[in-house]
Amino acid sequence: MANFSVNINGQIHSLDIDPTTPVLWILRDHLNLVGTKYGCGIASCGACTIHLDDKAMRACVLPISAIGNKQITTIEGLSEAGNHPVQQAWLEHDVPQCGYCQAGQIMTAAALLKDNPKPNEDDIDAAMNGNICRCGTYIRIKAAIKTAAEKM
Amino acid sequence: MTLIKTSIGRRSFIKSTALAGGGMMLGFSWLASCKPSASELLTMPKEWFKINGYLKIGENGIVTIMSPNPEIGQNVKTSMPMIVAEELDIDWKNVMVEQAPLDTSIFKRQIAGGSQSIRQSWQSLRMAGATARHMLKEAAAKLWNVPVSEIDTEAGVLFHKKSGKSAGYGSMASAAAILEVPKEVKLKNVEDFTIIGTSRNNVDGRKIVTGQPLFGLDYRQEGMLIAMIVHPPAFGLKLKSYDETGIKSMPGIKDVFKIHVYNDDYIKEGLDTITFNDLVVIVGNTTWEVMNAKKVLKIDWEPITTTKETKSMWGNTIEVTTPAGLENSDLHSERMKSTAISSAKVVRKDGDPASAFKKAAHIIERHYNAPFLAHNTLEPMNFYANVTAENAELVGPVQTPEFMEKSVSARLGLPLEKVDIKMTRMGGGFGRRLYGHFLMEAALISQKMKSPIKLIYTREDDMTSGIYRPAYQATYRAALDENKNLIAFHVNTGGIMDSPLSANRFPAGAVKNYLAEEWEVPSNITIGAFRAPGSNFIAGAEQAFLDELAEEMGKDPIEMRLELLEKAKNKPVGEKNDYDPDRYSGVLKLIKEKSDWGNSAPGIHRGIAAYFCHNTYVAHVLDIVMVDKNPVIKKVTAAVDCGIVVNPIAATNLAEGGIIDGIGHSMYSAITLKDGVSQQNNFNTYRLIRHKEAPKEIEVHFVKNNIDPTGLGEPLNPPIVGALANSLYKATGKRYYSQPFMGEQKIIG
Repeated sequence: MANFSVNINGQIHSLDIDPTTPVLWILRDHLNLVGTKYGCGIASCGACTIHLDDKAMRACVLPISAIGNKQITTIEGLSEAGNHPVQQAWLEHDVPQCGYCQAGQIMTAAALLKDNPKPNEDDIDAAMNGNICRCGTYIRIKAAIKTAAEKM
Repeated sequence: MTLIKTSIGRRSFIKSTALAGGGMMLGFSWLASCKPSASELLTMPKEWFKINGYLKIGENGIVTIMSPNPEIGQNVKTSMPMIVAEELDIDWKNVMVEQAPLDTSIFKRQIAGGSQSIRQSWQSLRMAGATARHMLKEAAAKLWNVPVSEIDTEAGVLFHKKSGKSAGYGSMASAAAILEVPKEVKLKNVEDFTIIGTSRNNVDGRKIVTGQPLFGLDYRQEGMLIAMIVHPPAFGLKLKSYDETGIKSMPGIKDVFKIHVYNDDYIKEGLDTITFNDLVVIVGNTTWEVMNAKKVLKIDWEPITTTKETKSMWGNTIEVTTPAGLENSDLHSERMKSTAISSAKVVRKDGDPASAFKKAAHIIERHYNAPFLAHNTLEPMNFYANVTAENAELVGPVQTPEFMEKSVSARLGLPLEKVDIKMTRMGGGFGRRLYGHFLMEAALISQKMKSPIKLIYTREDDMTSGIYRPAYQATYRAALDENKNLIAFHVNTGGIMDSPLSANRFPAGAVKNYLAEEWEVPSNITIGAFRAPGSNFIAGAEQAFLDELAEEMGKDPIEMRLELLEKAKNKPVGEKNDYDPDRYSGVLKLIKEKSDWGNSAPGIHRGIAAYFCHNTYVAHVLDIVMVDKNPVIKKVTAAVDCGIVVNPIAATNLAEGGIIDGIGHSMYSAITLKDGVSQQNNFNTYRLIRHKEAPKEIEVHFVKNNIDPTGLGEPLNPPIVGALANSLYKATGKRYYSQPFMGEQKIIG
């Protein structure tokens, strides 16, 4: 066990915890932030995507000990009123089917647009390829990213 | 206008105080604005008046509609309430939706499966809305002392033209709630629909994009422990012993024990499928702690012996043999080939196929196969359970709560009314959650722990515990005379341990000499329904074969199908044909028009396929372009006849998903077995379609008619496999018979 002080969605949380614990389970089990999903546990599906500072990261393989002073942002903290342009575009295109992967898709898309505000098709494919949507909403996701890019 | 007899029960509680009385909530119309305007906010009522089991009306006119069926991503939580709202005649922006409780005395068929939710509940949902509307009209007629026939409604307002009187539904709700339920009610004319047929966004959309708790895995209660199971590493093995030394003292670990899921004398029914009945369970405080303990637990396994079991399959008692042994995919393939020759049973025979094949001028024979598939719902199997001596509370994702309530009641010895199953939104279903053994496991773990628990499967547990889409093979043969007319058709198909045959589907009925045979190979690999069961393989095989047949006959593949359908319409062979040739031709004609068939641009390679299953007719055209010698799917055009389209934006989404799902699995996915061990256990070894590989564009066209709606969850998948195989042939010059079509290295997209 070790003590960690981490900034999550702008709030400082102090945790006395096994340092190998992945951020995913800290969010879900300890802080009741369940928007970040478990899908594979090996960084192969993207359902657990969060932002570490502004970079998209897979929380399922990211131990709490690796966070240091970096700031974690989860889907719950992406925007104050659920009105990030990516979230708005998702609603406009009615993207979700089951909805389980969508928080991860949104977090990856938001990080992409922060880094590259006007991505082309190949940029979108490259950035999003690690996020599986089992229902197959890929076409709407791409359309929503383009809409969000126009509005940002 | 249709007059129908009502069969709606009395409600038990008429009035209730709103829990969040006086508060505000966001309506569904809230979309993209940073700050919702006042008109987009709903004021919560202070009191609710329950008109029937499907709906309650607040004193301020806000309506809550219950969505009866499990939501797995097919969007019934929006489309089913839309049907109630239509007949109630209410403005959609004043509607709130709640997931209904499991209550078979009120709701019909609370199941997500078979693409049947809309089709089978269409009348009861309309009746619920129409009954409530009628009762509101009666209440107004009484108050205003006018005949009920003179009362009209529009978008939540009752009015009497002659006197000029009007009132909102909210002000009449308390009077309406105590009236007798009418014996018959009038339903709206399809032409008068104002909600059905218009696009309404997902009612959970905002919660999904902001990460609110919705799914079973998100559910928690105070004092809840986390449980995980360890199952045998191979099919054909079972638990021998385990050594919990060192595990129980690991941080956060509460207990390690064995559960025997179904009792040995229990007669299992169709949905009680379970692969491993003896499991080791680890219970602890948090997921990570339990995962760590799971990694170090020492377990000895032993081979199973061949067992015979009596099962009840939809009322029929059958004997099922589970053979011992550690099976391999190569062995499966050989066994299927030999069984197809040695043990095929004739399911349908028209004319004299044997003589027709004997005198044929040309015979074309082709073989098709597909592997086991795992459903891989992105939310793995999980369930919350709190079982006490008196009752069982179970919360989570299951497609068959109605069925599992009975199984749990029998296993725990609790009366049915003491078993309460609550439905959460599901992170995918695809048929996997029809089999609720994980719910039973959760119940037994909670019972043993005397504590609320949540059972979580890891991805590896989920992918390697069976209940797979069966592995299939099919042989198609066709006989042509010297003028290349089709004179006989033969299909022989089967799988492990299931046959994908639907013998009365097209082209049955269109060919004079027709033979359909099937067989099954026993195995200890468990199988289950997978989105469009059977059809998900046989449609692709059949449609690829018809493409080769058309080529052999020198005909355009659409014209060849239309000619056969014309025969099936004018002079059908046999009486059991289960499709409507006109509707089938209808989607082919629509796809021909919408895809501009026959006029594609240079470099575009097109494949066509059509199929009818789950009561819906579908045709696809798939366009491939070659980029650096690799096929890229440029566009898919779909024509669909599902009758009335309830919610076009969601229907199109589901169609797109079905197309991508069908392409993905037939191109990339497989479970293969070596010595009983699945060689794929997570998404680094099991390949699912990803962003890059999805078609660049999908265009969905619905046939416009006023036929009662059918479903869309499954019918889009099966024919896309055929369209893909036929398009790949045009693009590469090679026919594709074995799924997955693409090897590990080839990336499409």
